Amino acid sequence: MPVLWLVLIVLAIAAVGFVLGRGRALKSADGDSRHLHSLPSYYGSNAAMKVLVPALGLLVLWLLAQPLYIDNRVSATIPESAIAEGSTIGLVMADVRRVAEGLDTAVAEGAMTMAETVAIDFTAVRDQLAEVGVALGANVSAETLAAAQDYRSYTSTGGLLMTIAVLLVALVGCGWAVRESNKEFRARNVVERGVLVLLIAAASIAILTTVGIVLSLVFQTYEFFTLYSALDFFTLLEWAPSFSGRGGASSLGLLPLLWGTLYISVVALLVAVPIGLFAAIYLSEYASPAVRSFAKPMLEVLAGIPTIVYGLFALLTIGPILLNVFGDDTVGWMQGQRAVMTAGIAMGIMLIPFVSSLSDDIINAVPQAMRDGSYGLGATKSETIKQVVLPAALPGIVGAILLATSRAIGETMIVVLGAGAAARLSLNPFEAMTTVTAKIVSQLTGDSDFASPEALVAFALGMTLFIMTLGLNVFALYIVRKYREQYE
Amino acid sequence: MTQNETKISANGVQVFYGDTHAIKDVDVQIEDKTVTAFIGPSGCGKSTFLRCLNRMNDTIDICRVEGKITIDGDDIYDKRVDPVQLRAKVGMVFQKPNPFPKSIYDNIAYGPRIHGLAKNKAELDEIVEKSLRRGAIWDEVKDRLDAPGTGLSGGQQQRLCIARAVATEPEVLLMDEPCSALDPIATAQVEELIDELRSNYSVVIVTHSMQQAARVSQKTAFFHLGNLVEFGETGKIFTNPEDPRTESYITGRIG
Repeated sequence: MPVLWLVLIVLAIAAVGFVLGRGRALKSADGDSRHLHSLPSYYGSNAAMKVLVPALGLLVLWLLAQPLYIDNRVSATIPESAIAEGSTIGLVMADVRRVAEGLDTAVAEGAMTMAETVAIDFTAVRDQLAEVGVALGANVSAETLAAAQDYRSYTSTGGLLMTIAVLLVALVGCGWAVRESNKEFRARNVVERGVLVLLIAAASIAILTTVGIVLSLVFQTYEFFTLYSALDFFTLLEWAPSFSGRGGASSLGLLPLLWGTLYISVVALLVAVPIGLFAAIYLSEYASPAVRSFAKPMLEVLAGIPTIVYGLFALLTIGPILLNVFGDDTVGWMQGQRAVMTAGIAMGIMLIPFVSSLSDDIINAVPQAMRDGSYGLGATKSETIKQVVLPAALPGIVGAILLATSRAIGETMIVVLGAGAAARLSLNPFEAMTTVTAKIVSQLTGDSDFASPEALVAFALGMTLFIMTLGLNVFALYIVRKYREQYE
Repeated sequence: MTQNETKISANGVQVFYGDTHAIKDVDVQIEDKTVTAFIGPSGCGKSTFLRCLNRMNDTIDICRVEGKITIDGDDIYDKRVDPVQLRAKVGMVFQKPNPFPKSIYDNIAYGPRIHGLAKNKAELDEIVEKSLRRGAIWDEVKDRLDAPGTGLSGGQQQRLCIARAVATEPEVLLMDEPCSALDPIATAQVEELIDELRSNYSVVIVTHSMQQAARVSQKTAFFHLGNLVEFGETGKIFTNPEDPRTESYITGRIG
């Protein structure tokens, strides 16, 4: 039975449980809801909850666990001899899954009957499946076909068992909840606990996902470092990946990429921080309400522009302008449109709303009493802002800037379009350079062999970025906390 | 009581917040080296009037002031008067202690620094010490001038704010309910300080506490619904008020 149907049936059982639980509770109070412990709908919700949570939970667990279990069972039956030279058990299993799915498709499309698929000969499989649109790379061996048949039977048995188990759990939950629905039962408190669990689950999913992302990075990075020396990765001054086929070893040095990332981020921050901060000060301290109500949303529109558009802007507008000013016609510092400055300025413009919007909120949160105190001593507006308002808002502003920094380090599209692709260690900001993120993109686009260091290096680069932004965030928290202690 | 010369003179002062007529035709003469208390129920305009005296109302967009206010005979609403300079001459202490997020030293040095009152560090140190002594808080903080001003207790913070206001050498000190956020002990300390400040400054204090007005002031003005109802010697106002509204207020029947 398809999962969608199963979910719908569980929902239907939940709805029935709602009505029954509510009705039974009301009946136990002779139809007068004032004699119930909780409002009638709580009894219904309690029943629905006791159907949905265990049944859907079991369904999710089963769907996650079944493929793993079947893979293990089937791959154990494949003999060593069936694995060809240069292949792995993983590749053979991929074939097995493909054949199994192909046979299922053939049945679904009516090209073969169930009995035919079971009886099929391994020499005919490739042609038969090609007829229903499933292309296989090579002829299917007898072992693969046998394993695929095993796979199919396990899957269909598993699906049947799952349907039975889930429906059983749903019905038991329904029966249990309806039975306990009487006027003494504290359904309201139970539902309250259910809500709590739901909220905790949501928070946990967010955290667990982060952990999962980190773990996947960690494993791939580890894989990379078994193939490539970590010392080379961190100290080589050259980035020259050589893709398999061209031969020769690759130089995968992190430093040129890291330098590009940091250089471009610094340029971006030099653009974004002063402009953003001054804009925030104007908006929060000087602008009349009319100007503010118009200008603030306008600034925030900048934050909504997709970064690819900023990339185009960098390439088609900023680059040519810079080339006119600093190109061969004048001082000759710049050779092409793509340069650190091109990407940095575009990225800076992108970051302005981050800095200004957050800083504006923070400056507004500084109590008016502070300003009054300063005005009362005969300070002007700008003296007050410089010496009282900004110091009081400093922790928040630092937080905003560090957040912008994290964005700058992780930004990809602007760099891909505006900064160039050459990994280079240079001080000239008008030269093309590339960043960690841009190289992750170029290492993983197109056909990549996930067993080669050239592809796996992307994960090591990603891990490096992750650790950098994590460090920045921890540092931001430290700064904010330190100044909080001092000022509050 | 000896008659001191007039420091501040207000004639026909009207204040509007947008369409609201907050102060109606107030005339009052505030004397030098005297504590003048403004009393009255909430919303009667006493704080608004106080804020006219150093043009703090200028920082509120919708506020409009009419009439004439002079300090030492000079019209403070004259176009040639710089409100920023005026506020250095007319110091202000607020209802809630509002030390800046800086060290105790920098809090006091803030005014002298922006007005260039000290030629060098030694002079600034001297001003800071003198101001803290005048604020009756020197002995409590002299060992920790680098500690943040916000780390002091409420009463200490308020005395720090008074010391901060004194540091710019004002001639008039305006206090807007300076004790309303303090406990009785801190209040007593601040009141004692106000009494000492009287020997150098003209002090104007807005208060909700009639006992406080009676304790610290020599002159009292009673405001009601934007009008100045009665103004005179504190002793007379509290014992023998002329206006029935004043009597109702101090005996607790209105307000």
